[in-house]
Amino acid sequence: MAVSLSSSTLPWVECIIDGRNQAAVGFIRLMDIDIPHTAPLPPTPRRLPRRLDEHALAWLVAAVTLVPLGVVLASLWQPEGEVWRHMAEFVLPQLLINTAWLIAGVAVGTLGLGVSLAWVTAIYDFPGRKHFAWALALPLAMPAYVLAFVQIGLYDFTGPLQSLIRDIAGDSSWFPSIRSRGGVILTLTLVLYPYVYLLARNAFLTQGRRALEAAASLGLSRRQGFWRVALPMARPWLVGGVSLALMECLADFGTVATFNYDTFTTAIYKAWFGLFNLTAASQLASLLVMAVLALALLEQRARGDKRYTATGRGAANRPERLPPWRGWMVAGACLLVLSLAFLVPMAQLLYWAWSVAAEQLDLRYMGFVGRSLALSAGAAGVVVVLALVLAYAVRRKRDIASRLAARLATLGYAVPGTVLAVGVFIPLAWLDNHLITAAHALGWAGVSEVIKGTLLVMLLAYAARFLAVAFEPTQSAMQRITASQEEAAASMGLGRRAVLWRIHLPMLRGGLLTAALMVFVDVMKEMPITLMTRPFGWDTLAVRVFEMTSEGQWEMAALPSVAIVLAGLIPVILLAVQTEKHA
Amino acid sequence: MSKSLLTLDGVGVTYDDKRVLHDLSFTLLEGEIGCLLGASGCGKTTALRAIAGFEPIRAGRIAINGDTVATVADHWPPQRRGVGMVFQDYALFPHLTVAGNVGFGMNGVASAARRQRVDELLEVVGLAGYADHYTHALSGGQQQRVALARALAPAPRLLLLDEPFSNLDVELRERLSQEVRDILKSRGMTALLVTHDQHEAFALADKIGVMEGGRLRQWDAAYALYHEPADRFVADFVGEGAFLPAEVVGPGELVFELGRRNCLAMQDCATGSKVQVLLRPDDVLHDDASTLQARVVKKAFRGAQFLYTLALPSGATVLSLVPSHHDHAIGESIGIRLEIDHVIAFA
Repeated sequence: MAVSLSSSTLPWVECIIDGRNQAAVGFIRLMDIDIPHTAPLPPTPRRLPRRLDEHALAWLVAAVTLVPLGVVLASLWQPEGEVWRHMAEFVLPQLLINTAWLIAGVAVGTLGLGVSLAWVTAIYDFPGRKHFAWALALPLAMPAYVLAFVQIGLYDFTGPLQSLIRDIAGDSSWFPSIRSRGGVILTLTLVLYPYVYLLARNAFLTQGRRALEAAASLGLSRRQGFWRVALPMARPWLVGGVSLALMECLADFGTVATFNYDTFTTAIYKAWFGLFNLTAASQLASLLVMAVLALALLEQRARGDKRYTATGRGAANRPERLPPWRGWMVAGACLLVLSLAFLVPMAQLLYWAWSVAAEQLDLRYMGFVGRSLALSAGAAGVVVVLALVLAYAVRRKRDIASRLAARLATLGYAVPGTVLAVGVFIPLAWLDNHLITAAHALGWAGVSEVIKGTLLVMLLAYAARFLAVAFEPTQSAMQRITASQEEAAASMGLGRRAVLWRIHLPMLRGGLLTAALMVFVDVMKEMPITLMTRPFGWDTLAVRVFEMTSEGQWEMAALPSVAIVLAGLIPVILLAVQTEKHA
Repeated sequence: MSKSLLTLDGVGVTYDDKRVLHDLSFTLLEGEIGCLLGASGCGKTTALRAIAGFEPIRAGRIAINGDTVATVADHWPPQRRGVGMVFQDYALFPHLTVAGNVGFGMNGVASAARRQRVDELLEVVGLAGYADHYTHALSGGQQQRVALARALAPAPRLLLLDEPFSNLDVELRERLSQEVRDILKSRGMTALLVTHDQHEAFALADKIGVMEGGRLRQWDAAYALYHEPADRFVADFVGEGAFLPAEVVGPGELVFELGRRNCLAMQDCATGSKVQVLLRPDDVLHDDASTLQARVVKKAFRGAQFLYTLALPSGATVLSLVPSHHDHAIGESIGIRLEIDHVIAFA
């Protein structure tokens, strides 16, 4: 990875960003695999049977991601069906226009907001700076689809703001409609700017400071220093942050669905559930994958081949104090962003949830919570085990093949959930048909579904999507175990299995817990995979939010949303406590 | 008569209510190379940053070339001070080429003139032909040269160097520090560097200030620091040496185990008071003819010389540098002679 995140107050966000970045960058760096910087371990005597070879294990894990991706991409070469022709003529142009606007708008929005917030919190001192520094990342804890319906509820014609305007001015028809292209862009910008903010801030803090001093000693003012030094030096970080935001944007389903703004993800969903046309869904999905790929390539080009190394260590330089009136203005601007993106929506959400809590907080609601928890926990377990296997294989082998397997296996995080849902379902449905035929041939006439309609479809899709999230912390924990620690254990007579149990697992515990937590929270928030692959009756909190927002019932959608947002805050709190302890 | 280019007058700096610099005063003349020497945490880097304008001062006054650039009330920003700085980690700009880095601070210079000056400076630092390279591809020593050229390019009135050689290996460090001194001297540059390495300080600087606990203990030429340290701390910190008990026997005269000597710069001590005499290893010579005998208790091979630790009859020890063909075994007694006219003593 070219962009490294070293010091920040928010390790959980870095985890997310690292995972996402890895997946994004992985797309185009498949062949550019780092040579391991430590010497390979001495070959151990082979006692494992051939079928447990680490290469085989690594590629088996990678298949979880590769098969769905391959299936989707293969549909590019499938014959064009009637449905597809219709789509290409009447649907596709609008999808492309909508997507292009969305990408352009979110890119400009997140860049402007993220960079300016990062600059003021990194370089200047103003009232509340320390608190804003971490609070401005909070919008990441709120899923975009939750902010989407809260925005509509807040700013629509019947919402509190326009009602207030009418009460005062008598007319609110001049107020721009939130249900518009601008509304979608604004909403996604408010949710996604933290990616740019965090990465840019990191760049300004780790390498901007000392470089800015050097610029000042060469006669440049702060403002000149920003344009001539800080900004160009932060470019790889900025490009990284924006491309993460745009990938999220391409993958987003819930927000655009709520705003009725047609993009590829909603079109895939409609082809799937509205037209029951797997081929069309898969062809749309392949186009979306191409868009993600194009973005990744663009990112690579924009980043350039210059290797950016940090200039200077964390300098003792303290931020420059702003004069009071300017300081308060900056604090006000930060507060405004935070309010729009988090505080006001959160307040509205809690208010709605409270208003329906008495009647809605029933057994049925507990059912949503229970299923969400069960699914998240199950997926976390599965994904962490897969990540552990992958990380272990890479560690044992340390060769191109195993690293390539890891790269490919973690691509799924860059692939939209709708795409993976399609990609997982198609081969399993095919397999199912064969199993059913076989069962019928064996005389079990009653068999109609074997795999389809089970949790397996869902878990595999989750695994493909979230493997990167678990792999990052697992691998970095694994890297902290040195070869000499293993050798020390071996010299005391421990076999390979004993080393695994008595050295690896105890030392990995923290990393694995982080991995499980990240996956847990991500699955909790996940919407399209859950919607598209859930077995009958497996309605979760996210599904409930989708159904209620589809009907415009904001109050009803608020209650499950609160639970999801609270779950999203768990890692923030836990890891903040952890950081506090370490500090 | 050269004028004073940098003057610090009672400068104090405070971090979060903690004083890190107390009452720092010294003067650097035009064309002189000064050095602040001390262990890490002694405040030397803070002093440099205060001069550059990166730290506000809480007491005193800093003047550069006659302009008062910092007082408690008035703080000139770094870009107004006309001070060049070479950072410990070089702080080169990774998004610019070598030429881009060196030419960075030359604002308002026409591009042709700028290019010419960049080329000339690269020539001076021995990097001609590297103009279009990116800095991350350069070795540590080359990066150091780029940083120096970049700092010199805007023709600053004063050059500051923060531990400029600490990231280099020993051999390169010595060669480069000599080169840097030559470059600075040939341009008549006034410079102040900060280091923890006394060899570096001796090799480069005309004036050296020894710092400890945020205070300047002594500001002097290297010879004076070594042979006429102002206090016991400086005597210990700079060079090697041993202390022998002595008794003041008259005005400026004292007696100790190795004889009777005049005392230099001795605080007026009453006759009969007890003091400690500083003896450097080069004050104590090996002389087979001498009647003064001392026993070898430790020896360290230094190439051209041995550093012997010798026990006197009283049990006190002194150090002696002896040409290395005088190879004596531990336990052997050898003759020594004192090669010193005036001694330094501390109460």
